[in-house]
Amino acid sequence: MSDDQKNNLKIKSAKKMRDLMTTYYLEALTARQNNKKIAWITSGGPVEPLLAMDIIPVYPENHAAMIGASKMGEDLCVKAENMGYSSDLCSYARADISCAVVKGGPLGGLPEPDMLICCNNICGTVLKWYEVQARYYNVPLFILDTPVCHTGYSPAIAKYVETQLGEYIAFLEKICKAPFDYDKMQQVGDLSYDAQMLWQKILETAAHKPSPMSAFDAFFFLALIVTLRGTRIAVDFYQELLEEMTQRINQGIGVVPDEQHRLLWDNLPIWPKLKWLSDKFSSHNACLVADTYTSAWCGTIKYVDKSQFLKSIAEAYTRIYLNIGVDQMADQVMDMIDFYDAKGLIMHSNRSCKPYSFGQMDIMNIVSKKKGIPVLMIEADMVDPRSFSTSQIETRIDAFMEMIKQRS
Amino acid sequence: MKELTAFHDAANCKTPEQLNISKKIIGYMCSYVPEELIHAAGFHPMRLFSSKSDIVLAENHLQAYCCSPVRGVLENSLSGRLDFLSGAVFPHTCDSIQRLSDIWRMNNRYEFFWDVVWPAKLNTQSALTYMKDVLIKFRQDLENACGTSISDETLHDSILTYNTIRKKLSRIYELNAQNPGILNACDLLAIVKGTMIMDRDTAAMLLNTIVDQLEKKQPPDKPVKRIIIAGGICDSPDVYTIIEAAGGCVVADDLCTGQRWFKELTDETTDPISALVKRYSQRLPCPAKHNGLTKRGDHLVQLCQTHKADGIVFMLLKFCDPHGFDYPYLKETLDKHHIKSILCELDDQQQNSGQLSTRIETFIHMI
Ligand code: SF4
Ligand code: SF4
Repeated sequence: MSDDQKNNLKIKSAKKMRDLMTTYYLEALTARQNNKKIAWITSGGPVEPLLAMDIIPVYPENHAAMIGASKMGEDLCVKAENMGYSSDLCSYARADISCAVVKGGPLGGLPEPDMLICCNNICGTVLKWYEVQARYYNVPLFILDTPVCHTGYSPAIAKYVETQLGEYIAFLEKICKAPFDYDKMQQVGDLSYDAQMLWQKILETAAHKPSPMSAFDAFFFLALIVTLRGTRIAVDFYQELLEEMTQRINQGIGVVPDEQHRLLWDNLPIWPKLKWLSDKFSSHNACLVADTYTSAWCGTIKYVDKSQFLKSIAEAYTRIYLNIGVDQMADQVMDMIDFYDAKGLIMHSNRSCKPYSFGQMDIMNIVSKKKGIPVLMIEADMVDPRSFSTSQIETRIDAFMEMIKQRS
Repeated sequence: MKELTAFHDAANCKTPEQLNISKKIIGYMCSYVPEELIHAAGFHPMRLFSSKSDIVLAENHLQAYCCSPVRGVLENSLSGRLDFLSGAVFPHTCDSIQRLSDIWRMNNRYEFFWDVVWPAKLNTQSALTYMKDVLIKFRQDLENACGTSISDETLHDSILTYNTIRKKLSRIYELNAQNPGILNACDLLAIVKGTMIMDRDTAAMLLNTIVDQLEKKQPPDKPVKRIIIAGGICDSPDVYTIIEAAGGCVVADDLCTGQRWFKELTDETTDPISALVKRYSQRLPCPAKHNGLTKRGDHLVQLCQTHKADGIVFMLLKFCDPHGFDYPYLKETLDKHHIKSILCELDDQQQNSGQLSTRIETFIHMI
C-alpha cells in the first residue's frame, strides 16, 4: 500500500482530538491560578453538576490510561508496590496513588483536588482508592453510592440514589459557597445528552461494512466523552467526527485494509499494547468493530430524560454495564454481536478489574452456546505490562484467527 | 472441656446430619448477613468456607486471580458438596462476592437465592434509610420462602439468641486476653468458626457452659507475647498454632471471622428492624464498607492499647482488594503509634508453608 493510501485510511479528526485534550489538561493544570476549583471524579460518576458549578473535573482513570499508553505504568505500579500496595490491586489505582506522591507520569502529576467525587457504579475499588486520596490530600470526599442492580432497579435503589443526588448538590454548594445553578445545569444536561447521542451514533457507524473505525479508534476518541461530556466542545467535536465517519462510509473507506473478519472486544483496552494489538489484528484483515467498554458512556442514555435530567440520571448512572448482573451483561454482548455482525469475541481477562473480568467465563459460555461463534480469552492488564506475555498472546491470536478464517 | 468437641466438629465441616441440623439451611459468606432474620424465619444460617480442595469446576467460572474463599466456595457448590443447602444469601460487599452472586444465581442449584444489596457507605441518613428498605424487603422474601410471617416477637427472640452468642464469645475473648493461654489457640478458632456453622440455639447453650468453666480456670504460668490478628477471613488453624508455638497468644482480632462478626450487640429495646439497621451500620466496619476515613486505623490502635498487645499479625488473603487497599494506611497508623506489625499473605488453598512459620516465629521473637 502506498503512503497516500495509508494516509487515506487514517481518521483525520485524531489531531483535533489531541489538541482538545491538551487544552483540557492545560486548563486543569492552571485552574488554581484562575481561581477555579478542581474535583477528581471517577469515570462513571455524574460530572454534569460539577460543570454547572464551574468546577473543573479531572479523571484519575483517564490519566492512568495515559500513563499506560505512554508506557509509564510499570514504573508507577512498582512504586505503589513499594508503598505497600499489593501488585494484585487495580493498576489504575496503583499508578494514580504513586503518581500523586512522586508527581510522575506524562504530566508530572495531576493538579491537586479540592474535592473528590467517587461513584461506585464501576467497582468497589474506587471506593478504597478515593479513601486513600482523601486521606492523602485531606480534602472532602463525596460518595455517590449506586447499589448493584443484579436483577433490576428497585424503588428502594431509586429513592436512595435520587436522594444522594440532592446531597451531592448540597455538598457542591457548601464547597463553592454558592447556590447551585439550575439553569446552567439544564444547559449542561442538554449538552451531555447530545454528546452521548453522538457518541452512540459514532460507535454505530462501525456496523457498516467495511467499518470506518475500530474499537482501537473508539478507545482513543473515548477521552472526550469521559472528560468533557456536558460541554459544547464535546458536542461540536463529536459532530465533526460523526461527519467524518459518514463520509468514510460513503466513500467506502474501511479502517482495516481489506476487512474480512469482524470481531468484538470485551473489557478495558490493554493500553501499553494498543498499537501492537491493532497491527496484529490488521495483519489478519480483522477489524475489532466494537467493544463493551466504550459503549458504556452512552449505554444507558435510554434512561435519561432531558426535561428531568437530574432526576433521571439516578437510573442512568446506576444501571451502567458494570453495575448489572452477568446475565444481563451477556445479553448486551449478544446484542452487540448481532448489531455489528461480529464473527468472533475477544475477551481481555483483565487482572486489574475484577468486576469486569469475573463473570466473563460465564458470558463466554453463553455466547458460544447461543451464538456459536469462537471466543478467545487473553489474560493481561490494562496498564501493567508485566502481565502481558507477548509471545504467548501472539500464538493464541494467530491460532484463533486461523479458526475464524476456516469458518468464514 | 468436652463442649469443645461440638465446635471442632462443626468447624471441621461435618455434614448437617452429623451436626444434627434439621432445618432448611441457608448459606452465606460474609459477616454483613443479617442472620437474625434468617434464624427468625425458621431457617438455619450457615457460614460457608472453602473446603480448600483443588479448584476444578470453578476454573470454568472464575479466573485464578480471584481470591480463594470465593473460588473455594463456588467449587464446593458446583461439586455438590453443598447440596444440603436450601439456598444462599449474598450481601453486597466486595467486587468478587458481587460477581460470585451472579454466577451462583445463574448456575441455579438451590431452592432459594437472595441478594441483600446493602449500601456501600454506612454513615449517612439516606444510606440508613435505604438499609432499612433492604431489610424490610429481605424480611418479606424470607416470609414468602418460609410461608409464614415473621412477627416482631419471633425476630426479637432471635435477636436475644444472637446477643447471647455474641456476649458469650466476647466474654471468652476477654477471659483469654486476661489469662492468656487458658484456651489453646486452635480451640479459640474452632469456637468462633464452629458457632458460625452449628445450630445457633445449641451454640448459645454450649458457649454459656464454656464461659462458666473458663471463669474458674487457672491460666498457665508462662509468659506470652500478646498478639492481635487483623485481616479478612482467617480460616487457618495453622496460623494460630504457629503463633502459639512461637510463644504468642491471640488476645484479640480484627477479622470478619472473629470480633468483627460478633462484637456489637443489637438493641433489645427498640423495634427489631431499626435495631438491626443500627447494629449492622455501627458495627466495626469491614474495608468493603465506607464509614469514615480513619475508623479502622483508630480501632486497631485502640484494640492494641486496651489489650496491651505486643504486635499485630496481618493475615491478608491473596487477591483481596478491600484489605489490600487498607493495609498501607493501617501499617502507617500503627507505625506512628510504635506498634509492631507483620504482613502475611496467604491463600486458602496452600496453607502452612515453612516460610510462613519462619516469618511469624521471627516476628514474635523479635517483639
Ligand atoms: S479498572 Fe476496574 S477496578 Fe479499576 S477503577 Fe476501573 S472499574 Fe474499578
Ligand atoms: S473481602 Fe477479600 S477475601 Fe473476602 S471475598 Fe472479598 S476479595 Fe475475597
